[in-house]
Amino acid sequence: MTAALLTVESLSKRFRGLKAVSNLSFTVPEGRILALIGPNGAGKTTSFNLIAGVFPPDEGSVTLKGQRLTGLKPNQVCAAGIGRTFQIVKPFGQLTVEENVMVGALARERSVEVARRQARALLERLELADAAQRPARSLTLPDRKRLEVARALATRPTLLLLDEVLAGLRPTEVDRMVAVLRDLNRREGITILMIEHVMRAVMALSDHVVVLDHGEKIADGTPSEVVSDPRVIESYLGAEEA
Amino acid sequence: MTNRGASPVGIALLGGGNAGAATGRGAALLALGGVTLLLAPLVADRYLLSVLTTVLWFAYVGQAWNVMMGFSGLLSLGHALYVGLGAYASAALFVHFGVGPWAGALLAMLVAVVAGCGIGFLGFRFGVKGVHFALLTIAFAEVARVGFDHIHWLGGSGGFFLPVEAGVSDPLNLRGSPLLFYYVILALTGAALLLARSLLHSRLGYQWLAVREDAEAAEAVGVDLFTARMTAVAVSSALTALGGVFQAFYFNNLFPEQVFSMGRSIEIILPAIVGGIGTLIGPILGAFILTPLGEGLTFLLEVSGLELPGLKQLFYGVALVVIVVFRPDGVWPWLARRLGLVRTSAEGEDAR
Repeated sequence: MTAALLTVESLSKRFRGLKAVSNLSFTVPEGRILALIGPNGAGKTTSFNLIAGVFPPDEGSVTLKGQRLTGLKPNQVCAAGIGRTFQIVKPFGQLTVEENVMVGALARERSVEVARRQARALLERLELADAAQRPARSLTLPDRKRLEVARALATRPTLLLLDEVLAGLRPTEVDRMVAVLRDLNRREGITILMIEHVMRAVMALSDHVVVLDHGEKIADGTPSEVVSDPRVIESYLGAEEA
Repeated sequence: MTNRGASPVGIALLGGGNAGAATGRGAALLALGGVTLLLAPLVADRYLLSVLTTVLWFAYVGQAWNVMMGFSGLLSLGHALYVGLGAYASAALFVHFGVGPWAGALLAMLVAVVAGCGIGFLGFRFGVKGVHFALLTIAFAEVARVGFDHIHWLGGSGGFFLPVEAGVSDPLNLRGSPLLFYYVILALTGAALLLARSLLHSRLGYQWLAVREDAEAAEAVGVDLFTARMTAVAVSSALTALGGVFQAFYFNNLFPEQVFSMGRSIEIILPAIVGGIGTLIGPILGAFILTPLGEGLTFLLEVSGLELPGLKQLFYGVALVVIVVFRPDGVWPWLARRLGLVRTSAEGEDAR
């Protein structure tokens, strides 16, 4: 059992009385891939935003390798070592693809030229090198998703938060992205926490799955354990097939 | 290496955005423009020189305003405040304490930075965004306009005057002929262009652009929004205040109703809007389009005897509408692409 990189403890968040996340606890072991699944509105993205510091939790705490992140701003969470993507992609539209990734690299790098080199290497890796000099707003959705990943990776995170980066991709594109993510995890030891609906990818990639429903954790286990859990089938998997 | 590094004078003519480097033609044209302006006094008469000085002043201040709006996405509609503070601070130091404008400019810039950062603090600390931030900037400029009317130490509403001695040429105290002022504002405009360019290509500049494009995403990749925005305000207000110092010593008189006026704030933002917000050449080109048109109009009105108050404002309004409708990105990006002055990326593939 490896040590926990990220520890989420009794996290709760209410929006105008509506419990978006309630009493959520889980850990992401170092070097692993953990998937957060659940039906729409289950509180997955809210959990991400709580971890990334977009807003503070009402209760609970988030720690990364012993460092308490609760109450930090998003840029401080990034500095602590968490890179994130956005479910609704947020490219810097008028900047080139390369400049988008450079901004990420500049989080840890003072030299613009070094940042540019790092950005190019990442674009190569995410198969975006050909689009490097194009404005980001001209990219197709699959490419924008790749750009989100490249920009987050450029901040050199120890933990990568991926919010539905496979949604809307074609099966072949899903396979390529899965290969890239697996490679990042195996070769560079980047720990990944992903929100994902594409179950095929969840099964193929994750070591561990946490299932949310109505803001609460209803299951927590290996992918095969989770997909055979009656509560999960009822609230999420079954609903999808219906 | 890519084409970006290949051009020795690779000036990004389109700031950020399609940050295309200048083509050889673009760089040559820019150099030609610079040389023309340097040699202009050889042929220009007094009137033309004064028009060019006005053009360059707006180009300079437009460049300063652009650092906030164009680079960082912060809409200021009260830049007259920084002009006025710079002008009054340097004039007061000169008149009351005998401090020369170059030394006084430092303090004048400091005063404007303090004011700018105060407004910035209120805005950014309390999440005042977009149009509401713009309203905040207007409010402070208006407060200054009314307030300075009552500061008798600075002449109040009756105006504050700098001593003028005919025939004196003292560049160290910014006293001298129109020719001196022309070259001073030309140098300032050139320096502001170079400064804006190097800022845009710096770490800070990329962070500004990221904040402008999407603040939430910028924050997620480690940009401290508050610091990034405050530095933009500081740079912009300091540069603008220097424009105010120039104005004080060029015109030798200051009236709160003029220097702090809403109209002046609008005049400051128009060159960048017309030329192209967020571009380096835009504010300069915009000033060269607007000021001569305004002068021409004034001339025509005088000749025809049609002295209608507010007609010039109407003209600016119409010019703005025409630009916003036909060239919403400004004249420069379109012109640069048309004439092949910048290297374009695969912009043509842009689906929109």
